[in-house]
Amino acid sequence: MPMHGITGFVVRRLLLGLVTLFFASVIIFAATQALPGDAARSFLGRSATPESLAELRRQLGLDKPVTTQYWDWISGVFTGDLGQSLANSLPVTEVIGERLVYSLFLMMLAAVISVPLGIAIGAISARRRDGVFDQVTSIVTLGLAALPEFVVGIGLAVLFSTTVFTFLPSVIVTEPGARPWDYPKELILPVATLVIAVVPYTARIMRASTVEILESDFVEMARLKGLSERRVLWRHAVPNALAPTFQVTAINLAYLAGGIVVVEAVFNYPGIGLLLVDAVRGRDVPVVQALALLIAGLYVVLNLLADLATIFVSPRLRTSLS
Amino acid sequence: MSVVASTDAPAVEVEDAKAPWRLLVGAAWAQHRTKIGVGITLLLVLIAVIGPFVSRYPPDQGVEGQFPFAPPSSDAWIGTDALGRDTLSRFLSGGYTVLILSGLATALGVSGGVVIGLLAAYSRGRLDDLLMRTMDVVLSFPQIVFALVLAATVGPSLWLLVLAVAVTTLPRAARVSRGAAVEVVERDFVRAAEAIGVPRRKILFSEVLPNITSPLVVETTLRLTFNIAVVAGLSFLGFGLQPPAADWGLMINENKNGLIIQPWPVVLPVIAIGLLTIGTSLIGDGLARAAIGIERGRRSSG
Repeated sequence: MPMHGITGFVVRRLLLGLVTLFFASVIIFAATQALPGDAARSFLGRSATPESLAELRRQLGLDKPVTTQYWDWISGVFTGDLGQSLANSLPVTEVIGERLVYSLFLMMLAAVISVPLGIAIGAISARRRDGVFDQVTSIVTLGLAALPEFVVGIGLAVLFSTTVFTFLPSVIVTEPGARPWDYPKELILPVATLVIAVVPYTARIMRASTVEILESDFVEMARLKGLSERRVLWRHAVPNALAPTFQVTAINLAYLAGGIVVVEAVFNYPGIGLLLVDAVRGRDVPVVQALALLIAGLYVVLNLLADLATIFVSPRLRTSLS
Repeated sequence: MSVVASTDAPAVEVEDAKAPWRLLVGAAWAQHRTKIGVGITLLLVLIAVIGPFVSRYPPDQGVEGQFPFAPPSSDAWIGTDALGRDTLSRFLSGGYTVLILSGLATALGVSGGVVIGLLAAYSRGRLDDLLMRTMDVVLSFPQIVFALVLAATVGPSLWLLVLAVAVTTLPRAARVSRGAAVEVVERDFVRAAEAIGVPRRKILFSEVLPNITSPLVVETTLRLTFNIAVVAGLSFLGFGLQPPAADWGLMINENKNGLIIQPWPVVLPVIAIGLLTIGTSLIGDGLARAAIGIERGRRSSG
């Protein structure tokens, strides 16, 4: 290996991420090109005349060789030119850009609330192992982890905005030029849905790794030194239990990238998830391709961050790499 | 399946009288959560299977004299949906599709994943790297996004939906199979089979596969839970069954806007899908706990 230490590790992971993304782009491209019926025909449908088909094919570059088409598309990713949306002839980057702010804000809020919440619930369950709190959270997290997001989302809408109570809005109606933070009340239910989807996983893995560490020798040592149980938990056990939790959290944040698709559709939240659903419905292939690549990119970046975070919170790995 | 395994396995392997998967099922059944999970799942499967035969009206036709989102009455016991059709009839007729589609996708995806995982674990080297990196690429899409990309090109089609969900199940099942098989392929009885010239396919399926059934059973239940969510979710988004079919996910989609007037056509399928996933995940959790317990018992007994 020419490179050692943390830098080498980071560079290797970065390269692996790029390779993964490259193949992901090939899959997206192949899925939308190689399947029966091309993008032009699927967009225009049965009403297509030979002239309109030929025109749209030319506009989409479908008359060029496949490799040229791929090259045009992928080089557009770097120059910021992803073509035009078939639905409204606006540049794809422009269509996505505005929506992306909404989705990122939603995901950020969900992450900021769910990660510490999951860690706290997991750590407390581990400390009061088999106690009432532990048993209740064990059952509740198991049940919630199983529920599909739209079940949680609609359940919340039934409870808080339509049938039982009616004090929270279940749909968001935005005005052009507005920003997601202009709608704090409308954000409550979508954020709550995502938090409920993610917290169970974080809490369960945090509990498992804290239980393991609380049984280890160095924690026993800390207890023998006469430290309070609270100090043992938060200063000695929790920091060491974080490493596996970071991994799971990153996987779950990446999972949020998929979760927002359904959650945004439930609450009519104008992010990239709802855009993807609408684009698929309207067979707007350039938008679908760009969004799929964007979500895959988000996923790769989050996993990379998780790996880095894992190194920085686990002293053993840090020293073994440097 | 177990018959093949026990007759072909060499003597060193026959330590326990029971096949590993029977041991696992027995240990899982000893737990309350497994029994509750099986109970819930069976109830919903029964509703889905018997429902179409006992529903009062044809699910895709309106009830005479009823208007959209009508309140409960003697003609429609829990009211009607957005098109004035009997909610209860549609609910009873709309369950089996999600079961069949998610079951089929899970079966296809897990079988494919097992083949890939076994092959990767056994061959090591380049083929292993190639297969597992390919799986990583598929893993870089959330399940639902992958299915949506396919739906964008071909349009909503049930075969495509099953195929897309199966493909997203592949890498997850492949990872688990590979992880479990890597250690098995190193054991003496595999070496022995190689030495006497048993073909690769036979080694993989008669020697290695029977030894990774426990993690596979656990993983299959987990994948089924997720796939029910994805299939129902795609249906909810309008990319599964098409109107006027009766389907739980589609019912939610069609009646969502009438939630304030008449919640039943949304609430009933939402509860059913929620309970179904809770049921299967309780079974999965019971199996996973049993597998860990058996592993511990084995380690402590030497």
